[in-house]
Amino acid sequence: MEIILTGMSHKTAPVEIREKFSLPKETLGEFLKQLAELPGVQEGMILSTCNRVEILAVVEEEKNGAGKLMDLLAGIAGLESKELAPYLSMRENEEAVKHLFRVTASLDSLVIGEPQILGQVKEAYRQAVANKVSGIILNKLLHRSFFVAKRIRSETKIATQAVSVSFAAVELAKKILGPLNDKGVMLIGAGEMAELAARHLLSQGVKEILIANRTPSRAAELAQEMGGQAIPFADIPGKLKEADIVLSSTGSANYIIRKEQLAGVMRARKNRPIFFIDIAVPRDVDPAINEIENIYVYDIDDLQGVVETNKEERKKEIQRAEEIVQQGVENFRRWLSSLEVVPTILSLRHRLDKIRQGELEKTFSFLKNATAEERRVLNLMTQAIINKILHHPISLLKHQEKREQGKLYVDMIRKIFHLDEEDEEEFTA
Amino acid sequence: MNIIFFQAALVVYLFGTAFSLAYLISLRKFFSLAGKYTLFGGFIVHSCALVWRYAEAGYTPITNLHESLSFFSWSIVGVYLVLQLKYRVEVLAAFVSPLAVVLIILASLFPKEILPLAPVLQSFWLPIHVVLAFVGNAMFALAFAAGVMYLIQERQIKSKKIGPFYHRLPALKVLDDLNYRCLTLGFPLLTLGIISGSVWAESAWGSYWSWDPKETWSLITWFLYAALLHGRLTVGWRGRRAAIFALLGFGILVFTFLGVNLLLTGLHSYN
Repeated sequence: MEIILTGMSHKTAPVEIREKFSLPKETLGEFLKQLAELPGVQEGMILSTCNRVEILAVVEEEKNGAGKLMDLLAGIAGLESKELAPYLSMRENEEAVKHLFRVTASLDSLVIGEPQILGQVKEAYRQAVANKVSGIILNKLLHRSFFVAKRIRSETKIATQAVSVSFAAVELAKKILGPLNDKGVMLIGAGEMAELAARHLLSQGVKEILIANRTPSRAAELAQEMGGQAIPFADIPGKLKEADIVLSSTGSANYIIRKEQLAGVMRARKNRPIFFIDIAVPRDVDPAINEIENIYVYDIDDLQGVVETNKEERKKEIQRAEEIVQQGVENFRRWLSSLEVVPTILSLRHRLDKIRQGELEKTFSFLKNATAEERRVLNLMTQAIINKILHHPISLLKHQEKREQGKLYVDMIRKIFHLDEEDEEEFTA
Repeated sequence: MNIIFFQAALVVYLFGTAFSLAYLISLRKFFSLAGKYTLFGGFIVHSCALVWRYAEAGYTPITNLHESLSFFSWSIVGVYLVLQLKYRVEVLAAFVSPLAVVLIILASLFPKEILPLAPVLQSFWLPIHVVLAFVGNAMFALAFAAGVMYLIQERQIKSKKIGPFYHRLPALKVLDDLNYRCLTLGFPLLTLGIISGSVWAESAWGSYWSWDPKETWSLITWFLYAALLHGRLTVGWRGRRAAIFALLGFGILVFTFLGVNLLLTGLHSYN
């Protein structure tokens, strides 16, 4: 059995490729079913957000599971898998587990620590459960990943730092533009962080929100959610006249807003200031635009610079988060290896034998004048009882080992006999 | 007696300024309120000084450098007290009150005796002309303070080096509005000041305009503020450029007021 994870994110693929994967909720179930039907796939899940699409699957060994997942991904986007290959990352077993933990904990996000991703992973998992493609491994893996994400959120400061980035952006907007209640906002790209910041701006009572996105359906969806107006991507330069705050997060390879576009805009605006918040990496807004009078351009590094005077501290927090991830991976690995039949049989025997030994000693302490022979007989008898009790469970485990449900039996037995001492979150998750 | 009030006003202004600066540093609400009310108290005392002097002299006491500087200082504090009602910019006092204090200290350095009024100044135009001119100047002084604050704040935001002033200073928009408001109030006053002076000159000196240095420099000041107003209204000058203009304008205005009197001689020299 192997855990494989394949997909792409803002780190591996340009937006032109990523946007082909934007999956409406309704069709996700369809692809989950296709995933489940792939030969050798036992469990699976599809995570699709604005910045990433990833497929996580538990597959039988040596059936080229990765290749099949790639074909499925290509199918979603309507591409050939050959075209897709350069943009995909492929991870197996521990690497896959670690990646999932990092994604869920928002360590792999555009804005590290942004809170949206945990909800998105939960939703992806919920879909997998609803479509009955998750099983014992995925259930455990996802619960572990939520646990790790929550630990990181409460034990490190990366989450508060992300929130404060969006807070700092709004604060800056107010320092430049004064009260925001009569201001216009333009969102370019409709990613998670953009949405978060936009909601923050909405709570300040901005007058209107224009939303431009490469995928118009997503723009329309977000516009409806926030009471804004979707505009075509091509209209961005023309609409800059109306926008006092421009929040860009497309992650396109080239600048979306170039310096020469703004000369006319500023004339038309009679130099009313514009505040560009560029949270895309690579940047969407030419930083040279900051040189124009009455225009202020802040990219994500600038904002982070505003928030924390101390970059070292931030690095330290991320380091701590990575350590927590590593611990999570380690725990999961231990759990996974415990699902092997032979070690389970051994520890089951060991456990019962310990009980037997303990009880035997107690009994001997009452029978002070028992002979050596009597002791030997008692010893043999208790051993025989244990063997009789264990006979059926063990043959069942051995019998089921090669079957799909084998892990389930192993897991059940480990729970019933409490073979894993430190499985603290098991009951709470 | 007016001198005692004058000196009391000076001391109270000093305290007001100290409180205002303490607020700028500590951001403690107490200092903000203390600064504002102390300046208000100083303004009352200062007003008493002016009224007393008017009673003692028998004419509007804005005829020599001591009186002019004192009145200018009074006007700035007065204009600040009025404008802060609309623009709730708490740190404004820290930028305006030092200006008023410097002016009133300067005033205290010049001879304070009440002298008989020169015959040429004995006119009902005297109060009209000088009050218009100085209240207008006070507006420009506030525009100057707003401009300084704007440039500090703008520099921080533009360079992305967020220093201690970032949180203390208000939004750029507010400072720019304040600058604009002072300009739209100060410019008509300056214009009327020049016109009233010109009318008075016609009756006193026999000519509306005689290119005396004060007149010339007032005209330069007027043109500069006119250019700024025009730029603001038609091509949308604002922000940094407007702030720099406000600084420049105030610099020329101070020269028109002090430099001309101290360095050049002309019809407006009465010392």
